[in-house]
Amino acid sequence: MTEESPDIETPKADVAAEPATPEPPAEAIAASAPQVEPAGEPPLLRIEGVGKSFGNFRAVDRLSLDIRAGEFFALLGPSGCGKTTLLRMLAGFETPDEGRILLGGNDIAQVPPHLRPVNMMFQNYALFPHLSVRDNIAFGLKRAGMARAEIATRVAEMVSLVRLEGMEKRKPDQLSGGQKQRVALARSLARRPQVLLLDEPLAALDKKLRESTQHELMELQRRLGMTFIIVTHDQEEAMTVANRIGVMNAGRLEQVATPRDLYEAPHSRWIAEFIGDVNLFEGDAGWRQGNRLTVAIKDGDTITVGEPRQPVTKTAVCVAIRPEKVKLSRRGPVSDAANTHAINRLEGVVSDVGYLGGLTVYKVKLDSGIVVRSSMANTARLNMDGYLVGQRVVAWFTPDDCMVLEQ
Amino acid sequence: MSARRIFAGPARLAAIAPYAWMVLFFLVPFGFVLKISLSQTAIAQPPYVPVFDVTEGWASIKAAFGQLSLDNFRLLVSDDLYISSYLRSVLVAVISTAILLLIGYPVAYGMARLPKRWQPIAMMLVIVPFWTSFLIRIYAWINILQHDGLLNKVLLALHIVSKPVVWLSTDTAMYIGIVYSYLPFMILPLYATLAKMDGSLLEAAGDLGASPARAFWLVTFPLSLPGVAAGVLLCFIPIVGEFVIPDLLAGSGSMMIGQTLWLEFFTNKDWPVASAAAVALLLLLIPPLLLYDRLQRRTLAGGG
Repeated sequence: MTEESPDIETPKADVAAEPATPEPPAEAIAASAPQVEPAGEPPLLRIEGVGKSFGNFRAVDRLSLDIRAGEFFALLGPSGCGKTTLLRMLAGFETPDEGRILLGGNDIAQVPPHLRPVNMMFQNYALFPHLSVRDNIAFGLKRAGMARAEIATRVAEMVSLVRLEGMEKRKPDQLSGGQKQRVALARSLARRPQVLLLDEPLAALDKKLRESTQHELMELQRRLGMTFIIVTHDQEEAMTVANRIGVMNAGRLEQVATPRDLYEAPHSRWIAEFIGDVNLFEGDAGWRQGNRLTVAIKDGDTITVGEPRQPVTKTAVCVAIRPEKVKLSRRGPVSDAANTHAINRLEGVVSDVGYLGGLTVYKVKLDSGIVVRSSMANTARLNMDGYLVGQRVVAWFTPDDCMVLEQ
Repeated sequence: MSARRIFAGPARLAAIAPYAWMVLFFLVPFGFVLKISLSQTAIAQPPYVPVFDVTEGWASIKAAFGQLSLDNFRLLVSDDLYISSYLRSVLVAVISTAILLLIGYPVAYGMARLPKRWQPIAMMLVIVPFWTSFLIRIYAWINILQHDGLLNKVLLALHIVSKPVVWLSTDTAMYIGIVYSYLPFMILPLYATLAKMDGSLLEAAGDLGASPARAFWLVTFPLSLPGVAAGVLLCFIPIVGEFVIPDLLAGSGSMMIGQTLWLEFFTNKDWPVASAAAVALLLLLIPPLLLYDRLQRRTLAGGG
């Protein structure tokens, strides 16, 4: 509604008010309108200061979060961080001690699960063992009082959506793990919930199947235009499927960002270490020159870093750099660029080589004793002359590839 | 090689043991009973003919076989006494089992939903009456149910009745005794099934729009049916053959088959008819036993 109104009404108003003026640039107005509008659009799901304790354990600590319609949102965190408790509060299996959960503007925090317009896909699938695939999928539709013919149509639709044709009469114990997962997905989607909650939906599948299923989930979510909230402890899974990720730790959200921002611009040292692999250098922030900041690390080495996103207020900082952004060479970077002087060079000896197939991870022990990891893509099958253990190398990286974090 | 030989002996013995037990303590005695049921009563020691005498040689055994007949079974079907005892036994068993299920299911369900640490205590409370002899507990009920017993005193004190009610020697007393005695056998298998049920199934049912009451009927109850079957058969079968409780608590008006059997055996000293009644009782109980076996097998297959 709110999205459409400016597109349709604004040009009309313009024409009515100033009929004499030449053709207004309608395209320009239409293009600028969406930029203004979304700010006013309320989120589909708003979590406001929600808290939940179990005895003395604070599972979720006054957490607030907005989720927009059509988003694929991931709650990521180590086990015990409260992500599952938060999801269970959205489903209605737990009642928050405080705060509000607004779905489309209505507070559902105290609404029992069977009256909520959300559905959940369970980690162990929780398929009814005494019911066939068809009856499992139809379970929620029958409860909604849907007509028989309509149920049959919807079930058939769901069965084909998850490609389980011919399996309708089977019982759950006659299905493979992957098939059970599909039935669970079809069952939770059948009622067309406003929000689909997925609790570690792929944890029980093997790696190959998990990866292909991740892509199917994304495809499905895009096609249905539904809002998905997934809970996972697998960061690769979260980064693959989600538009936005909320990283949780000890009942709080550490950072909510796109996968790319989480990886390339983490807000804290904890996030930088939690998401992916990272080299960390502790040091003191030194002088600033233009948009460059120099950080003194151990043994008199310095690292020049690009302008940090957030202004550094403390002296004790931490420079983080991802291993794939650390390059190795025998003599240092090729000096053709104008700002060669700004490139960081750290000398050391290769101490370990780990061949992973697509990547090779080198550990370089710097003269200061710090170990730096560098990963290099094996882009050619033959003649990839790598580095050998004991070889003296220069590890180099640009200032813009470094991230400065407060300790 | 040698290791295999060492383990072959005991392993085979262990496999044979249950069969040996069945043969020795069920099949052989049943053979005796079956043989007596085909014999004729006699004033002798033992009180029936023919008696197999191995010392007299093969010919006498052959002659003895010739004397066996189905006369006693004919008597069982022709005499109202036996048929009515059988019918009463089945009726009493059906009614008692239904009451047991109605009481036992909620108790077992409540136990299964207790906090985990309270469950063993609840279990103990169900089992604890077994520490007292069954017979003593039935006599205790006589004490409670008699004219000036505890039950009448309480009812009078509460002004629920104005004069003592006759409890003892009624069917009500018998049902009280049976339900009291068999309740643990109903509760325990039900509890075992309900306690291992996956809680997320109920959450899933709720998530899909089923109210807690509907979730119970659509998920919990159908999944507890194997436990219901186990409890029903564990109670129904022995109640059909029950002797002590009806003898001590029920009136003398009509008898259950166990009482009829006792009467034939001890009072009338008619071992062959008593044996025939016992064999017939066993045949009567085979269908529910087979049913139970099938259900059990289906549960095992479903679980795997």
